Formats: sequence, C-alpha cells, structure tokens
Amino acid sequence: MARPMIDARGVHKRFAAVEVLRGVSLAVDQGEVVAVIGPSGSGKSTFLRCLNHLETISRGSIDIEGETLVATTADGVCRYAPDADIRRICRRMGMVFQHFNLFPHLTVLQNVIEAPITVKGLRRDEIVPRAEELLRKVGLLDRQASHPSRLSGGQKQRVAIARALAMEPDIMLFDEPTSALDPELTGEVLRTIRELAEEHMTMLVVTHEMAFAREVASRVVFMDGGEILEARPARELFAAPEHPRTRAFLENML
Amino acid sequence: MDYLVRIIGPLLEGTGVTLQVFLISFVLSVPLGLALALVRVSRFAFASSLVNGYIWLMRGTPLMLQMLFIYFALPFVPLIGVRLPDFPAAIVAFVLNYAAYFAEIFRAGIQSIDRGQYEGARVLGLSYAQTMRRIILPQVFKRILPPLSNETITLVKDTSLIYVLAMNDLLRAARGIVQRDFTTMPFVVAAAFYLLMTLVLTLAFQYLERKHAVYDG
Repeated sequence: MARPMIDARGVHKRFAAVEVLRGVSLAVDQGEVVAVIGPSGSGKSTFLRCLNHLETISRGSIDIEGETLVATTADGVCRYAPDADIRRICRRMGMVFQHFNLFPHLTVLQNVIEAPITVKGLRRDEIVPRAEELLRKVGLLDRQASHPSRLSGGQKQRVAIARALAMEPDIMLFDEPTSALDPELTGEVLRTIRELAEEHMTMLVVTHEMAFAREVASRVVFMDGGEILEARPARELFAAPEHPRTRAFLENML
Repeated sequence: MDYLVRIIGPLLEGTGVTLQVFLISFVLSVPLGLALALVRVSRFAFASSLVNGYIWLMRGTPLMLQMLFIYFALPFVPLIGVRLPDFPAAIVAFVLNYAAYFAEIFRAGIQSIDRGQYEGARVLGLSYAQTMRRIILPQVFKRILPPLSNETITLVKDTSLIYVLAMNDLLRAARGIVQRDFTTMPFVVAAAFYLLMTLVLTLAFQYLERKHAVYDG
C-alpha cells in the first residue's frame, strides 16, 4: 500500500475558548475523491484550511505525501516544519475557495500565469500555452482577456480552478466551491470538478451538494461538532447512514 | 498689460522654487510613506508602534514648527546636530511630515484589501513580499488615488510655508511686489499660477483613475 497523499491524525484546533476540531483523523489516498459534508460550523472548512496551513493546529499531526507538515510530540508540543518546508509542502496542494479570491486587477489569463511566473520562475512563453490549454478545458479561453469583474460566479470559479491547476498540484482542496453561486451556475463548476475526478486528481471537497457527493466522491466524510462521525464509501453512506446524526442531517438535506 | 509683463518674471522665478520644493518632496515622501505603512501593518509589533509614534509626532505638530526646528534648532541637538542650508532643511521637513500623511493613506488602502486576496496568493505559493508587490499594492494604488490626489494638491499649497526660512517661493515673491507697488495684482497672478499647477495635478490623477478603471474592486 502506497503512503497516503494526505494523512491527518488527531487534529485539534482551538479558536480562543472554542475547540472547533476535536481530534480529526483522515487519510486520503492517491486518486481518491473525498467529499466532506456536515452542518455549518461543524469544522469541515477549518479542517481543510489546516491541511494547507491557512490555519494552524493546536495538536495532532499532518503529513502530505509522506512529508511532515506538523507533528505533535509525546509530551504534547505541536511543532511545524521550517517555513521553507511548509511553503514547499503546501505548494503540492491547490485550493479553490467559496469566494473565488481571484485577483481583480489581473485579467483571466494573468490570474492563471501569475503564480507559475512569480513562484516557479517560468517564462511567459513557457506557461501561456499551458494556461490557454487549462482555460480551454474549463471553457473560458475566449474570456482570457477579461477581468474577473466581467465574469459570472460560475465562470470566476472555473478560472479559480484553472489558476490552481496551473501550479500543477498533486492534490486539490475545494472549500465549498459552489456555495456562493446561483443554483443555475453550480452545474458548470461541478462538471469541471467531475472532469478532474475522471483524471484521477486527488481531491478533498467540502460541499453542501449531496447529489454531487454521491455521484463523484469515492468516499464521503460526515463531520459534526468538530469530529468525523462517519467516513465511508459514498454509496454506502447515503444508502445506510450509521450514525443517527448523519441520518438526521441527510434527511434534512434531501 | 506692461505691468503684468514686468512682474511675471519674478513670479515665474518664485514658481520655479515652489515647483522644485513640491516635486522633490513628493518624489521622496511617497516611497517613504509606503515604507512606513508597510512597517506599520507588518507583524513586527515594536517597529509598528515606533512608526505609530512617528506619525503621531509628525501629524501632531505644525509643519511650520517642524521646518523652523530643522533649520534653527537641529544644529544644536547633541549627536545629530547638523546645520542645513534653507533649501535642504525645507525638503527634509516636507518629506518627514508628508511621509506620515502618505503612510496613513497607504495603510488605509492596504487594510481595505480583502483577506481572501492574501489567502488566494498564499495557496498559490506566493511569499508575503511577492503578495504585497504583485497582488496587494497594485490594488491599493488604485483605491488610494483620490486621497493621494488630495494630499498632493495640499502639498503644492503648503510649499508656501517656506517663506519662514526666507526662501523666495511664488507666494513670497508675490507679496514682495504687492508691498513694493501697492497693488494686489501679483496676488491674482499668483492665485492663477497655483490654480494652473493644481489643475495639471488634478488632470494627471484623473488620467490615472481612468487608466485603472478597467477593473472594478
């Protein structure tokens, strides 16, 4: 068995007096698509943000592709890797946010090529063909000269996906990628994510789209109150949820 | 008309002094203000509070007092005592004072940028410096153009304060002629010159705002 792409063990996270993550453990294998579902405030977005160091954890450990991002010693000291290692490790993960976070002063194409040029030091002529290919893939090649403010929410999110892919990540993290979209625009974004799944991209998707979770995810994780209550293959979890809170949540959603 | 032609020479000379003080002060105080703002918003708490204190000092005392201090009192300050000629003394005072105001404008701009921009840049692997240079500051620049324009126009007019160092700027030149010839005409001409300078600046800032209007946000 190859080592998991993401290996989080006993992750605790505390905001002041509130413990938002209470010992979350999850391993994600190469090519797996894991959907994280659960009520608002269950800690699913926070958990995702801990994986790429947008939040720091207070206890537990996280390995990415076998490299230690953060570990906790036996006497409870939580220690992160040196800054340079953190940046290198986190660069293997692309992330897509609920609110896109596109750079408004740059065009669509500039958004996609910014990081490859600035971070990886690629030349413009090296990255532009690849960026155009990615934009074609998400169906926005004809909008490459537009600024994000001229795009619909669904188009913005597809640009955000292309932008993340331009850094050639091994893992993609999606933080409620369709929650800020009008219902009629979620389909185009979900379709793009589904295509990535078909290419066996390793993905962790926090979502409220149950139909999407059921069809695309290989595994579904149900979180509530800062804990993972259930993590099973999608079909099983939706067909016969084990935990009463999972059952109550799904009945509410469907 | 003949009279106008006669007074225009000295007034133009005064305008030259005004423009020199303005341009040099502007070119030096904007980058210094930006640097101060970056320290102010940085995670280095001690440096940040030092800048805060500096801004309090510079905004809390009259610019004229600062100019008089640098010219007359600085030579007697132990250790850093230097005697500056009038022109450099004026420039130092303007730069130190205006940098404080520009710093606050930059800080307001930097803090108005959504946290999501930092996170978006960070997950793409950009360092803090790269994020500032490539993502945050270009957006800040667009947002602060109106207050920057305000402060810049104020600087043009504040240059008239250098009369306290007996320098012959536009306003002092005009006043000299008024007192000599008992006519207010030089004031009218001086006002027209100030208006012309601020008009050029206004148009320049309007051009910059239009240029940056290609995107919203």
